[in-house]
Formats: sequence, structure tokens, C-alpha cells
Amino acid sequence: MMGMTMTQKILAAHAGLAQVTAGQLIEANLDLVLGNDITSPVAIKEMEKMKLDGVFDKDKIALVPDHFVPNKDIKSAEHCKCVREFARKNEITNYFEVGEMGIEHALLPEKGLTVPGDVIIGADSHTCTYGAVGAFSTGIGSTDMAAGMATGKAWFKVPAAIKFILTGKPAKWISGKDIILHIIGMIGVDGALYQSMEFVGDGIGYLSMDDRFTIANMAIEAGGKNGIFPVDAKTIVYLEEHTKRPYKIYTADEDAEYVAEYTIELDKLRPTVAFPHLPENTKTIDEVGEVKVDQVVIGSCTNGRMDDMRIAAKVLEGRHVAKGMRCIIIPATQAIYMQAMEEGLLKTFIQAGAVVSTPTCGPCLGGYMGILAEGERCISTTNRNFVGRMGHVNSEVYLASPAVAAASAVTGKISCPCELD
Amino acid sequence: MKAQGQVFKYGDNVDTDVIIPARYLNSSDPKELATHCMEDIDTEFVNRVQKGDIIVADKNFGCGSSREHAPIAIKASGISCVIAKTFARIFYRNAINIGLPIIECPEAAKAIKAGDEVSIDFDSGIIIDHTINKEFKGQPFPEFMQKIIKAEGLINYINEKG
Repeated sequence: MMGMTMTQKILAAHAGLAQVTAGQLIEANLDLVLGNDITSPVAIKEMEKMKLDGVFDKDKIALVPDHFVPNKDIKSAEHCKCVREFARKNEITNYFEVGEMGIEHALLPEKGLTVPGDVIIGADSHTCTYGAVGAFSTGIGSTDMAAGMATGKAWFKVPAAIKFILTGKPAKWISGKDIILHIIGMIGVDGALYQSMEFVGDGIGYLSMDDRFTIANMAIEAGGKNGIFPVDAKTIVYLEEHTKRPYKIYTADEDAEYVAEYTIELDKLRPTVAFPHLPENTKTIDEVGEVKVDQVVIGSCTNGRMDDMRIAAKVLEGRHVAKGMRCIIIPATQAIYMQAMEEGLLKTFIQAGAVVSTPTCGPCLGGYMGILAEGERCISTTNRNFVGRMGHVNSEVYLASPAVAAASAVTGKISCPCELD
Repeated sequence: MKAQGQVFKYGDNVDTDVIIPARYLNSSDPKELATHCMEDIDTEFVNRVQKGDIIVADKNFGCGSSREHAPIAIKASGISCVIAKTFARIFYRNAINIGLPIIECPEAAKAIKAGDEVSIDFDSGIIIDHTINKEFKGQPFPEFMQKIIKAEGLINYINEKG
């Protein structure tokens, strides 16, 4: 039998097959189907056309209104009402109302809903985040979400895979964000189109779970179908803290086939920034030059977790944001918000002249809570810097780590935190 | 199944944020979405597009968000088919699922120019640019995909199948 990648093994098991190969079409059982306030209403409308009695399993659907929540306008409120009523009618266990909700991809692992070996689809492209805990998870659209909620199944083309070997200990100020931006800069925004990105190597042991979530989260920004990490001691500790769900650990076969292999020496990386208007337009902090910014955003499903809050606070502690700078910090979930409060980080942020928001996707996709005017620039820890992504069509978004974003808030231009020492 | 119309031409990595900016995603009404289709890269698109027209683009069309609003907006604007060198994975799936014909053909994506009159035969995958009088062979649609598109989407197709 030919060897399988980690992704292929998970898919085979969920399709009831002993073996799958790249390119094969399969139907797989789903462990979780996810939607948010933008994509779920379209899925619910489609599902209603199907005239079914209900959903396939009320415990295996997660509905997380987070994009325009707390509602930014009447139309958004109508969408959330649609999701809320659907959740109530179908007795959906994992519906998260304002007050308990967070940004979906930070919230679900925290709630223990994503575990190793799962097959998860979500009507949000950053669903690939859960690869950090060793699950196969991928973004789909509203129609696939509807079919998934109805049947508990989805069809997939089994992906080929690219292997990324991460070696060594990350240099100072290097986080998961720098690693994934470096990779996207190297292979391009379609470098992993239709393929799995499998991360291996001794460097992974140095990465926190939050770093791994950030890396898996942006697999889609390289066009990847999913990004996935092996399950190690750190994963197990994380799972012990967050879930009681049983899980199965899959490992890639030694003779699994990869279409390409890349080695990334983490000790040699430099803080990395993606320039407008594609995540692949990366430069190291040393190549950036003088780029003045008007706004800083620290948050999102990519970088709104505890590590991100702590590093931002470390940089902002005892300092103040530059005059005229707007610095917006958004803890991704209520638990992160609370923890940041208990550790005194919120006080640090506010004393530094930043604002702290309730969890929301908000500015990342140009929804609200920090929209840019014509000609304005933002350095952001979010995941996309497309034309018009955060506001006016002639505004600019630069993507970076929380450390670089926080340092830039202090200086008013894109800066390395090392410059502040 | 056939499509014919005039071409709107775009480059690499046309993302879903420019196809339909998130500031309009507080609506899911196809007609309303269509009034903002492509506006961040082509403000004239919505004024000029005619029913049956065709979008031709280079690599990675539809990258970014999983919003199904993107193919919905394109379809509701009257576009009959998108031809590209390659499509982003989620967009590809979504387009088929909502019944928007799309076809990968690197040669056609390269040669066809804005304003050309182009026809596509989905059974054979043959694309003809009548303006430059040139024929290209794209991937023909498998029968089940044609059925989904004829039914105007996956859900209708499932319902019709019973």
C-alpha cells in the first residue's frame, strides 16, 4: 500500500476507506459544520428549500455570529436574528450569543469543539485554523454548509500535499505570524492551491499552540485546502485544558508522497511584513524603509489570542502610542478578554492610549470598528490586505505580527520592536 | 448548454473582496449584491454588463473569503460564464454549487481580450473568440456539474433528484 499524508489518513478514515490517493473523489462524514452571521443566513435559506425535518446532529453544528456582531446596523441585526431563530428551532447546542461569543476560529478550539482527527467544514475561509490541533478542517461556502448541516456529509477531492519542515528555535520577536508570512512570500498566494500544507520538524516544539493556530489559519492565504500540524506534547496539554471529547491521533506515513518540500530555519527568520495588496508581497523588517501609518489593529482570528495580547502589552508597557495614531486592540474571545483583564494587560493598553473592543471580526474585513478613509494606512495583525479590505478602495493594509504592530503604534511608522529597546 | 457574450477582462488574483466588498455583506439579496459587483476594481462593470457577458481572468480567480455572495453577485449581474487560468478552491466549489458556469483554460485566459465576442459550449469545453477567430479547448463540464448548473444550483438539483 502506498503511504498517506496526515490529511489523507484522516479523510480515508472518515470515508470508511483503507486507502485514498491524491485526486480521488470521496464522501466523508463530518464531525463539525460551522457558520457565521454572514454565511449562515444564505445556508439557512438554501436548507429551507430542502424541506427537511431538521439538521443531521444538533451537537455537531456551530453557529457563531461574529463578523458584524454586536450588530453594526439593521441589516446585520436581521441576519443575526435569522441565525438565532434557526438555532432555537433546531436546538443547536453550539450557538454562541453576544456575551459568550468570540471570533469563531479562536472560540471553537477554546470551547474544546475541535480535536485531533476531526473532519470539519466551515462557511468561513479561515476554518483551516483547526489544523493546529491535528484536525482536517477547510473552508467551504454556504451551499456546502447547508448540505453539511442536512446530511452530515461532504464530498472532497483528496488533496496532494506540500511538506514544510520547520527547524531550529525561532529568533527573538519571531512568532507564528512571521513564519506564515515568510512562507506565503516564498510560495505565493496560490502556491498551495488545492493542496494540503503539512508542517513538520523540530522547530514545531518551540511553537506555542497560539503560534500554530496563526500558521494554520493563514494556509488559505497560500491557496491551501488545509494546513495541519502533528499532535505533540503541547497539543495534548492544550486538549487536556479545553476538552473532554475523545480523539484519534493520525500521523503521516514515512513513505507519504509530497509534491514539494521546503525547509524553513526559524532561527534565521526576521520579523516579516506583507505590503499591499497581497499577503505574498512580503518584506523583512530590515527592507521596509520609512512607512508611516495612521492606524494599528491587533486582533482577529489570526492574532487575537492570549500570546498576542501578552506580546502587544509587553511592547506597549510604559510606552504611549504616537500622536495622531489610532491603536485598536480586539481580544478574540470573552475568555481571552477576561484573562487579559486579570493579567492587567487591558490597563496597559488603555494607559498606552489604545482602545480595547469586545470580540468581533469588525475591521479585519472592513465591517466596522476601525474603517479606513481614503489614503490611510493601517498595520494590522489580520490576514488579508486586498484592495479595499479595511475600508476605502484607496486605503492600505500592511500585515504583521502583534509585536511589530504594537511597536509601529508607538513610533507611528512600521517598526521592529527591537528598535524600542 | 452554451453561453455567448462580450468579455470583461481581469488579471491575476481577483479576490472575493473586490468581487463583492464586505461592506455590502449585510445583504444576501442577489439583485442588491449585483449592483456592487466588481466595483473596487472596475467601477464601470455594473453599468456596462449585459446579460450573457463573460468574465475572463488570469490565475487564482476568486481567492480569499469563502463568501458565496461572490459567485452569487457575478451570476446576478448577468455574467454567463467565468473563464480563468485557475480558480481559487472555495470559489470553484461555490460557483458550481450556485449554478454559475466556470471553466479553466490557460490559453483562452491569455489570448482573449476585453470586449471580444466569445462563445462557450459546455458539453465539449470548446471556447471560441469570434473577434480574433480563434478556438480553445477548455475542460468540458462533467454531466453532473451540467445538471447542477441547469437546475440553478446544488440544492435545486438535489430536490429535483428527489
